[in-house]
This record gives sequence, structure tokens and C-alpha cells, in this order.
Amino acid sequence: MREITFQKALEEAVAEEMRRDPRVITMGTDFTGDPIKEFGASRVRFTPISEAVLTGMGLGAAGCGVRPIVNWRMVTFSFVAMDQVVNQASKIRYMFGGQADFPVTYRCSTGGGIGLAAQHSQSPYSMWMHLAGLKIVLPSTPADAKGLLKSAIRDNNPVVSFECSRLATLTGPVPDGDHLVPLGVADVKRTGTDVTIVALAYYVQESLAVADELAREGVSIEVLDPRTLVPMDVETLRASVQKTGRVVIVDEAPATCSAAAEIAALMVEDPDTFRALKAPVRRVCAMPVPVPYSPPLEKAALPSRDDIRAAVHDVLKESV
Amino acid sequence: MTLDKARLVQMLRTMILIREFDERAIQLRLAGKIYGTVHPYVGQEAVAVGVSAQLSVTDRVTSTHRGHGHCIAKGADIRRMMAELFGRVDGYCKGKGGSMHIADFAVGMLGANGIVGGGLPIACGAALAGQLEGKGAVTVCFFGDGAAAEGEFHESLNIASLWKLPIVFVCENNQYAANNPVGVQHPRVDIAAHAAPYDMPGVGVDGNDVLAVHAATADAVTRARRGDGPSLLECKTYRWHFHAMRAARPPETRPAEEIASWKAGDPIARLEQHMVGRALLSPDELRAIRDRVGAELDEAVAFAEASPFPDPKDLMADMFAR
Repeated sequence: MREITFQKALEEAVAEEMRRDPRVITMGTDFTGDPIKEFGASRVRFTPISEAVLTGMGLGAAGCGVRPIVNWRMVTFSFVAMDQVVNQASKIRYMFGGQADFPVTYRCSTGGGIGLAAQHSQSPYSMWMHLAGLKIVLPSTPADAKGLLKSAIRDNNPVVSFECSRLATLTGPVPDGDHLVPLGVADVKRTGTDVTIVALAYYVQESLAVADELAREGVSIEVLDPRTLVPMDVETLRASVQKTGRVVIVDEAPATCSAAAEIAALMVEDPDTFRALKAPVRRVCAMPVPVPYSPPLEKAALPSRDDIRAAVHDVLKESV
Repeated sequence: MTLDKARLVQMLRTMILIREFDERAIQLRLAGKIYGTVHPYVGQEAVAVGVSAQLSVTDRVTSTHRGHGHCIAKGADIRRMMAELFGRVDGYCKGKGGSMHIADFAVGMLGANGIVGGGLPIACGAALAGQLEGKGAVTVCFFGDGAAAEGEFHESLNIASLWKLPIVFVCENNQYAANNPVGVQHPRVDIAAHAAPYDMPGVGVDGNDVLAVHAATADAVTRARRGDGPSLLECKTYRWHFHAMRAARPPETRPAEEIASWKAGDPIARLEQHMVGRALLSPDELRAIRDRVGAELDEAVAFAEASPFPDPKDLMADMFAR
């Protein structure tokens, strides 16, 4: 299978969907390559830096039969468009009684670890999970990035595609042809029997590396990637935890009210999963600080492989 | 353009219907028959009607928290509007939206909006869809003077002009942003003046003169349909009642003489006088219009009261499209 970068996979997804469906348009402040050459200036829209109007335009156009992709670039810029995300996009279909669909895709980079400091290193997906009306994807591999973004563009709802900055240059196999990954289906990235690690985005890759190391110590780790945070494939997650009896949840957002917190709750509030637990649920998350700039500080703020390894050892040690 | 009798009667009838709908809504809210908040449009009828009379069903509008008038003027069914206020399943949003979220996509009414300025970006998106369709559809974005202080207003005017979107921005300057006089909201009370820096026509118009609103809208709509881009229309008007009410009418804080002077320029009375002056309306005809509006409202209320409440088992329906 051919290998391409995560970033290239995302670009392929957009180009293929624009070829497939003339209703798909894309709006952003810049584009890789020259998509106007293939798709024309009416479908590839260079925009002013106006996140609020872009976010709302995507929604308004979607309600009138267009299928816009709005690229915020960094998720942190989307905070300028909070009204359109929180009050409009997440509620518009329901509050109008389902009389129209709003097939808009919002794309953004997310996460820290590359020296972009406090504002541009955030991972705020849980803020929007909380809104209930947005679908949210968060891929960890080039193949998933392509397949999920294509599914997002075809979905008839507002979908936010969180695209992890540290994965942009990651290379991996991507199937040829019309490669789709359905929304709402988790993926078992590695099978194991002793501990389940539920990891998000970059930390799927980090957890796989830790699992390799721990295998040499005789510890068998199962690594799960939810891939879609809304809707969450809770059955697959619970099945794994029921099998291993131990779970470590790894994400680079701070723990408070996080996706990790939600996943922990979904595990422990299910009677079968709760009864299967042999150890307390552990979260490995960022420290509750703005992500600092200086490399040693940034490293201290974000989860590390050592943190994941320690958490795995803890749940093994604490087992009843 | 001199409007013929049929058009004028239609406009007058719609203005009376809007006024009586909201007067009825106030009574229903006081009686506890409907819930939440009511933002009456009474006094501003000439704007919704004068503008909408230039639009067809394939044109689109976005509205505000004070949206009943825009819905009615764009052709929404008052029975389904009333059922929505009553929180019933036959309401436009199956009782899920209420007064501030009435929409009727079938007639191009893309929704009221509880957020000041929130509809402007959505309207730009509808206009973008119209531009891509290439069939001449125009979007009208209604908003208030308060919204002109929002960032979304400026972002929207900027991109609409840059992309020559087929949109007409209609500011209903009713002299108050919520409860604050327009003079304490803007350094210079001239909303239309915001058009020039964004390189579009900006026109101030007497928003209580439905014929003036209608004429000004014609120019803006023609320009938009031609592909020449947006316009900004500032319609100076006045809300007769409070900004919003819940269980009780809030106390009036505006000067009595100010209210009286605006009421003296009642947009409905002005249209009636115009029609009488042209011998296009007799007292009998006017009485017949009013009687029919009253009967339609009675029927709308009966329709709403007969409609069932939504079943809680449908709480989660309509969250996501397939």
C-alpha cells in the first residue's frame, strides 16, 4: 500500500470530495497547491480573516443546498466565531425542528508539542462535545484522517474535523480508491489482554510505542482509538475494558471536563464494565495550565511516554 | 412605481396581521397560554412588509429575536407560527424552537435568531448559495441597530461586498438596542453610513413609510439580482411596546412624548391615509380587512390549542440528519 503523510491524506480527501460532488466548496485563508486551477475560484474561496462570518456562512450556505468546507486553520481561531459555533451551528437543526439539514465541515489543526505556546496549543474538543449538536472527528493516522474527513464532508450535519498538528508529517499507509472511515466507529489499533489504553490523536501513536516497549516486559496492551468523539463508539470501548479489566485514557487536553473524563464516565457508569474493572480508571492528560513555550516547560505540561508507562504500571499494581 | 390597489391592500392586510398577531401574542403570554419571551414587532410593520413585497418565494430572509413580522411578511403560515408559540407539535419547529427560533425554509424564511447579530453571517451564507446557484435569488438580512455594534455585522458587510454577494442588509433602527437608546450605542447614529467604507450603497429611509421602504428595497434588490453586490438599508422606525416580556409587561422607561410622537406616525395609519387619499380604500373595505385578520387569528389560536404537545419520547429526534 502506498504511504503518504497525514497532511497529504487530508488534502486528498478534500480534492476527491470536490471532484465527486459539485456542491462541495472550500473556504479558507490559504490553500496548499493550486486548487483553484482544478476547481475554479467560485468553489475555492480565499477569504478575509473573518472567522465569525465564515463559520456562519458555512452554515447558511449548507442550509441552502451547498456543502461547504470551512477551514479555520487553527482551532484557536475558531474561538473568534464562538457565537456561530455554539449558538448557531450546534443548535440550528434541532431548534428548527429538523426542517433543514446543514452539511458543513469545519476543519482545524489542534494540539501542542511544537512550540506554538499558550493560545495555539489547545485541544478544546471536549468544549464542543458538550454542545451535543456537532459531530467531531479526531484521527490518529493518515488513513483515518482521509477516510474520516471524506465521511465528514458527506455527512449531512455540521462536523468538526480536529487535525492534530504533531501528526501532520506522520507517514502511513492509505488505501487507494474511495477510502471512507465511517463516523462513530472506534478502531482497535493494537490488540492486547492486560490493559486497555484509550488514546486520542497523537497519543495513539505514543501509546502504540509504549505498548511495544511494555510487550518486551510481558505486558499485553490493547490500544483503542475512538476516532470520532461525537458520536462515540462506546460499545467498542466498553468491550475492550470488559476484556482487560484495566483502562488508561491518554489525551493532551487538560483532564478537567475533558474527552478523557467523558470516556472514564462512560466506562464506570456501565454496570458490566464497572464490575469488570480490576483497577481504578486512570487518565493521563495535560497539566491544567496554558501550554508554555519553552521546550522543557512544554514537555512538562503535556503527557509523555513515561507518564503513559507509569499509569499502566499503576493500574497493574493497583489491581484487586 | 405606483402600486395598484391589489398590491396595496395586500400590504395593508399583512401589516395589520403582523400587528394583531403580536398584540394577540402579548395577551396569550399574559394569560399563560404561551411561554418564554415575546418580543413584539408592533410599530415596525412597514419594514418587514415593504421589504418582503419585493421578494419572491425563492428569495431568502434571516430574522432576529423580534421575528414574527418577518415570518408573516415572507409568507409563513400564522397557524403554524401560533402553534410554535404554544409549544405544540404542529408548530414550525414541532415546539422545539418557540418564538425566537421560528423558521420556514419552504418559503425562504431561514430563521429567527436569539443572538443579536447572529443572523448576519448565516444570511451571507444563504447569499453565497444564491450566487452559486446563479438563478438570481437574493437574500435579505434583517437586523437591528444594536447588531450594528457587533463584530459579525462588520465581518458580514466586508465579505459580502468583497464577494459581491446578492444580499440586502436591512437595519431596523427602532431607536433602542434592547433597552438602551441608540445614541449611547453608536458614536454617530447613522447606521447607513457604515456602507461607504465597505464600498456599497447605504440608504436611510423612513421605516414607517411602507412605500418608501418598498421603493428603496427595489433598488437594492435589483442591484443584488444583477450581480452587483450588497446594499445597506437603514429603516428608521420605533417599537411601540417593550423590548421583551416574560410573565408580565416590563415597566415603560422611555419618554412619553417620544412614544406619542412615533405613534402619531403609525405606519399602518399612514398607508391607510395614502390609500384613502387615492380613493383605493373605503371604511367598509378597511373594516372587512380587520375583521378577516381577526378571524384568521382566532383560527390560528384554535389550531394551536387543538394541536397536541410534543411527546417527550421525541425529545432527541431532529438532533442529527441521516
